[in-house]
Amino acid sequence: MRRLKSIGAFWYDFVVGDDWRGAVVVVVALALTALLVHTAGVNAWWLLPVCVFGALGWSLRRATAGMRS
Amino acid sequence: MTALPLILTVFVACAVEAIEALTIVLASGLTREWRSTFQGMAAALVVLAAIVAVLGPTITLLPLTALRLVVGALLAIFGLQWLRKAILRATGYKALHDEASAYLREVAAAKAATVSSRRGVSDWYAFTLSFKGVLLEGLEVVFIVITFGGNQRNMGAAVIGAAAAVLVVTVTGIAVRAPLAKVPENAMKFAVGIMLTSFGTFWGAEGAGVSWPGNDAALLVLVPVVTLVSLGYTLMLRQRPRLGAAPVAHSSEEVAS
Repeated sequence: MRRLKSIGAFWYDFVVGDDWRGAVVVVVALALTALLVHTAGVNAWWLLPVCVFGALGWSLRRATAGMRS
Repeated sequence: MTALPLILTVFVACAVEAIEALTIVLASGLTREWRSTFQGMAAALVVLAAIVAVLGPTITLLPLTALRLVVGALLAIFGLQWLRKAILRATGYKALHDEASAYLREVAAAKAATVSSRRGVSDWYAFTLSFKGVLLEGLEVVFIVITFGGNQRNMGAAVIGAAAAVLVVTVTGIAVRAPLAKVPENAMKFAVGIMLTSFGTFWGAEGAGVSWPGNDAALLVLVPVVTLVSLGYTLMLRQRPRLGAAPVAHSSEEVAS
């Protein structure tokens, strides 16, 4: 069990890293994109890049929040 | 897309990881024993080659749309992680990866460890240090080779890029017999983060069903836009007043991450 946990922790750290919020934003943005394309017929190519840039800014803001004067 | 951008992206990404693996192998070989170090390195390379041999052909059997969705998401998440770290390092919010000090830490640990032989290996510490170093750094190489090669249906080009990077770093390392501390690692990681994020975004959105304006040519716009946004964040953080200096990385894991 402990070995399984450590393998899971390794892969989580390997792919997701320090900030899981970025991963959540990407997954949600992809789901929304698929929804817009397949149900509303909107070619939402712009949605994922906008969300990725937002996630990066959000993550950087959180990482540096305690270090600002 | 032609094979050249694929080869170049994989080459730079793999060179960064190979440099980090080289530091560990050199620390192990020069401080402990070369034979056990090479055995550890060879064992790790066999494991990595087996992963590519099994996953490489398997991944190309998946339907392209599903593959692009899953791999695109993974690459975008992975790329964001690289970009975040590279920007934090470029702006002084995170300690720069220093191969020279990482090497000294590994050497100190290697000198302190006792010698014991196990399973036909004369120095088990040197073997495991080399094995773990090459395997962990190599996993990122394998991830990049498989995702890029699989998505482009060109595993050969991805393997060529990775093999060339490992060869160049190994030959340089043998020539200088020291960690490659002068290589601009953070700039390379920044560039790789941009490529991983751009390709991940492109393939992920394609997998979700969108048609990019201009098809593959959209990447020629997406990569510069990701670069500009990342540089913009870097400039913003540099201009922001902050408390104290960058935190110093202490453990080898902190430095390696």
